[in-house]
Amino acid sequence: MGLYTDVIIAGFGGQGVLLVGNVLAYAAMKKGLQVTYMPVYGVEMRGGTANCTVVISEQEIGSPLVMYPQSLIIMNQPSLEKFQPRLREGGIQIVNTSIVPHSMLKSQTNGCVPLPANNMANELGNPKMANMVVLGAWVKATGVLDLEEIKEVLPLALGKSDKRIIEANHRAMQAGADGVGDLAHSGK
Amino acid sequence: MNAQSDTVSLIKGNEAIAKGALAAGCQCYFAYPITPQSDIPEYLSGELPRQGGEFIQAESEIGAINMLLGVAACGKRAMTSSSSPGISLKQEGISYLAGSELPGVIVNITRGSPGLGSIDPSQGDYYQATRGGGHGDYRMLVLAPSTCQEAYDLTIRAFDLAFAYRNPVMILGDAILGQMKEPVLERRETVDTSQEASEWALSGAKDRPRRLIKSLYLADGALAEHNERLQAKYQEMHKEQDWEEFATQDSQVLVVAFGSVGRIAKSAIRMLRGQGYRIGLFRPVTLYPFPSERLRELAKNNSLITIENNAGQMVDDVRLAVRNVSDSAFHGVMPGKLPSAEDFLTPILHVWEQNSQIAQAAER
Repeated sequence: MGLYTDVIIAGFGGQGVLLVGNVLAYAAMKKGLQVTYMPVYGVEMRGGTANCTVVISEQEIGSPLVMYPQSLIIMNQPSLEKFQPRLREGGIQIVNTSIVPHSMLKSQTNGCVPLPANNMANELGNPKMANMVVLGAWVKATGVLDLEEIKEVLPLALGKSDKRIIEANHRAMQAGADGVGDLAHSGK
Repeated sequence: MNAQSDTVSLIKGNEAIAKGALAAGCQCYFAYPITPQSDIPEYLSGELPRQGGEFIQAESEIGAINMLLGVAACGKRAMTSSSSPGISLKQEGISYLAGSELPGVIVNITRGSPGLGSIDPSQGDYYQATRGGGHGDYRMLVLAPSTCQEAYDLTIRAFDLAFAYRNPVMILGDAILGQMKEPVLERRETVDTSQEASEWALSGAKDRPRRLIKSLYLADGALAEHNERLQAKYQEMHKEQDWEEFATQDSQVLVVAFGSVGRIAKSAIRMLRGQGYRIGLFRPVTLYPFPSERLRELAKNNSLITIENNAGQMVDDVRLAVRNVSDSAFHGVMPGKLPSAEDFLTPILHVWEQNSQIAQAAER
């Protein structure tokens, strides 16, 4: 059936989870793959919860909604509580442990990547880049897309091409990817 | 409109509809905001005036549909859009469009219902779209896209059909289609629609006999004659039947589903095919006219199950299509709950097992 992967990206409104989904969708499209991006829309607002689902496939995509995802990007505790039980066995989850307690993670090994994304983004100069840290980590951990492909489409998804902003975000992605280490390759 | 090179962009279904309308040469669009379709007016409020068209945010949904009626009488390509409760408000105007034989495109990106319901996905407006909705014996052509590409393509087709039949055409999508983003190939072709309404449009009666567009027929026998003509037109529309078949070459159980549920069912079918079950999909693209003949043909070799994001509406058309030959089981996901492929597996397998038992009994 060829390449197929899906991911749910979830966090507080304002953490940039929808942007991460958009960047992934643009990169997949640029690579000539089929892709769907499905946001949870409407009554969400800054401080509420937000999530989106991205499906990437070589084949025509059926459902854009995924009940049991192959991977997760979790930015806050309510999202972990909601989605961790639905992660497929052997799936990959990237968790922002700056605000999600380690003790809540179901699997400390095998595909689970705990990253203090807020702290890492802070150290790089802007706490808003935590989403780029976890995006970089997801790309490295799943191996579906190359980090260079992601970096390339960022201006398109951001609707901005300000060199300083783009380069800072690239550094955040790289830090996330480097933070994965060898851990997640078993989950591929 | 000038011919442009084809472009692929990552856009929402709502935006695909808006872009499709522009590509079809839509000159006027009448808006009133409501979730989950507000991306359509948002996009067209900027782009339509830039391309020389008119964007008007009406005072209400009722205002918008009557503006559409007025512009349609002038022979212009025009559109309005809303979501379920707003579409209910438009029903009087739609009946008048049909009765006056005027072309117009009406987009319904449905939401949870009845009443104000919710902003969740729902397919609860199937009856309203295919049975008329407003008063009288009229029909609309109803097109149900399941991908953003189809939303774009079918919107262009909706304008062509509206003018070919001088009849309102509805695009029926749901919140999933409206909010989802997919790559869409925009095919910009030069469209010359300047003469398509020259025989009937109200364009000023200088140097020609005056014309009258109306839906009121009081003279003895006149309304009956008008209705005969309308019914003949609706019969003529049946040649527009359109559908998608997936994995029907050797199927024994056929899932019938439209719109977003159609594509979600495709995922369920792939899972079951992976386990050796020969399941197929029949996805009506035109809900009116319903693609009855082909479905009836397939029903000779398949047991049917209809799946909808409502309490069971299209299943009536499925059963009508296969009457005296077969029947259809039904699985409904209530509006307010997201349909998922996994939830479809058990109901489909239930029909598969019943089908196998019947086949075994026949062999004995």
